[in-house]
Amino acid sequence: MITSVAWRNIWRNPLRSGIIIAAITIGMFAGVFSATFLKGWMNQRLEVGVETETSHIQIHHPKYLENFDINQFIPNGVELSKRIASQHTINGVSPRITIQSMIASAETGTGVKIMGIVPEKEKSVTNLSQFISEGDYFEGVSRNPIVIGKKLAEKLKIKLRSKVVITLQDSQGNITGGAFRVCGIFDTTNSMFEETNVFVRFSDLARLSQMPDGAVHEVIVHLNDQQFLEKTTNNLQTKYDQLEVLNWKELTPELGYLNEIGNLYTYIFVIIILLALGFGIINTMLMVVMERVKEIGMLMAIGMGKIRIFLMLMLETTLLTLTGGAIGILLGLGASKALEEHGINLSNYAQGLEDFGYSSIIFPVIEPEMVIVIIILVILTGIIASIYPARKALKYNPAEAIRTE
Amino acid sequence: MTIIEISKLVKTYKDSEIQVHAVNGVDLTIEEGEFTAIVGPSGSGKTTLLNMLGGLDQPTSGHIRIDQTDLGALKASQLIDFRMRNIGFVFQSYNLIPVLTAKENVEFVMQLQGRSKKEREERTMQLLEAVGLKGREDSRPAKLSGGQQQRVAVARALASKPKFVLADEPTANLDSKSTENLLNIMEELNKKEKITFIFSTHDQRVVNKAHRVITLEDGQIISDIQKNPHHD
Ligand SMILES: Nc1ncnc2c1ncn2[C@@H]1O[C@H](COP(=O)(O)OP(=O)(O)O)[C@@H](O)[C@H]1O
Ligand SMILES: [Mg+2]
Repeated sequence: MITSVAWRNIWRNPLRSGIIIAAITIGMFAGVFSATFLKGWMNQRLEVGVETETSHIQIHHPKYLENFDINQFIPNGVELSKRIASQHTINGVSPRITIQSMIASAETGTGVKIMGIVPEKEKSVTNLSQFISEGDYFEGVSRNPIVIGKKLAEKLKIKLRSKVVITLQDSQGNITGGAFRVCGIFDTTNSMFEETNVFVRFSDLARLSQMPDGAVHEVIVHLNDQQFLEKTTNNLQTKYDQLEVLNWKELTPELGYLNEIGNLYTYIFVIIILLALGFGIINTMLMVVMERVKEIGMLMAIGMGKIRIFLMLMLETTLLTLTGGAIGILLGLGASKALEEHGINLSNYAQGLEDFGYSSIIFPVIEPEMVIVIIILVILTGIIASIYPARKALKYNPAEAIRTE
Repeated sequence: MTIIEISKLVKTYKDSEIQVHAVNGVDLTIEEGEFTAIVGPSGSGKTTLLNMLGGLDQPTSGHIRIDQTDLGALKASQLIDFRMRNIGFVFQSYNLIPVLTAKENVEFVMQLQGRSKKEREERTMQLLEAVGLKGREDSRPAKLSGGQQQRVAVARALASKPKFVLADEPTANLDSKSTENLLNIMEELNKKEKITFIFSTHDQRVVNKAHRVITLEDGQIISDIQKNPHHD
């Protein structure tokens, strides 16, 4: 019956309760919506980072990443990549030759990383082939095709089918060069990646750079599921202990922390909102207590102890908070759900996001754990906000309370 | 049988400099089954005396013994429990929980005592009938007249089967008809159920109904008159 009294007490002053419930609703809507928005944004960045750029695991000669020396290669890399592909946690393996080089158009030139890949295998480790905006992924040009990023094409002022010249130092230390023709242009959400990476066929680059037969610089590994990441990394590292096996979290630590930073940011934001709301709730409940001193005195007289009265006021505060919280959270989830498919287009407001690798269309993502944490925070706010007003109610003895005017 | 024994009871309020002796040396015994009025002008100490008697306030000195229990010896939590089981309260106003119906208000105390649902419901209906509110059990206090609210309060006070009922100016906000009605119901309960009532008032018509009249002035008893209960 105490619960029922607490709940009915909320509605004794519908306007006052309605206002604070509306405030909590708006606050929680904002909290939940921004949480799913941020989560979606971060997930998309991760998705692009992992699925388009880094893939899950990369294997190199242990010295290769220090200064990208062309001669720090994995001698039997092609063979190795075939062997690894049979592991059941792995769904794709692609060998690469990667060399720092110069690319030049008729107009201008710039430094890029050139990657010699086997297109069919590459498709199993990254989804770059799905981001071709012009031309095709290694089709339509028979001799020395090259796939470059949109940003680079703009910088070099070239178009599809334009000719470019790659200059590099081969494995013997001689400067050499080759002409390539643009067969495809990719357009991702990361301008930096577009500008600094170009793709050619493995065999073309192997010939140009005089790499020994079967030698590669990178073996790229894609897993069936993200959950095998640590285990597979460790497995491969123990098995091939002369090589360096790194997963995307180690290769791009900034992406690895993105998730945690996003969550932390969300929680801080929600806590700030709840803190502000908490003062409103305290204020409302103080008014309630002041109005009801006589009634509280009567309750004490007829047998409610201080603890019971305290609990009743705490329950009332918590139910009030939860009502607003529940409506706000549901609205926030509803709005996120509604935008899940079509996303929110920020390109009009936030030009330049893509320069940092962030998509400008954001698809909110609802993460159940986060919703649960937010609900717990709301309940805690109700409980904490009830302490001060409830204590005020209990400073009277029953005789004083009944006498107050 | 004596149920209340008060000896040398004093309550002194200190308001900054001034000391008010609201109750100033009261000795009093109340027997089971009494129907007693405490009268006196406003400020004479009626409320202060009843509050101490009900364990709602602590005396400055002196003792109150209820059925062999010294109230001063009880701890705060014991006192709450003691009040709930032994004393029924009717105040001048704010008697009822506004969000509960008449029936729920009466049941509330029994629920605090942990009585079974069946027992609660039976007793509630019985009590509401006794105070003449059968048919109004589902009304909230705001939908009841002042007199009806006070009758619910009487029913509520009796719900816990107390040893006695303390009523501090229960009729102060009522018109003469409701006053008479409430007093008749209380007298009826006193006569039939042997319920002890102690009520304060400064209304002469209420005083006339009482079987014993204790008059207070400046916190002291100045007269204590026993009347013949069957004299009308
Ligand atoms: N909390 C208090 N502080 C100071 N004086 C009080 C307080 N309560 C009552 N008094 C004083 O005690 C005296 C008795 O009051 P009260 O018991 O309310 O009398 P009654 O109920 O007969 O009108 C009055 O003079 C009143 O002003
Ligand atoms: Mg009084």
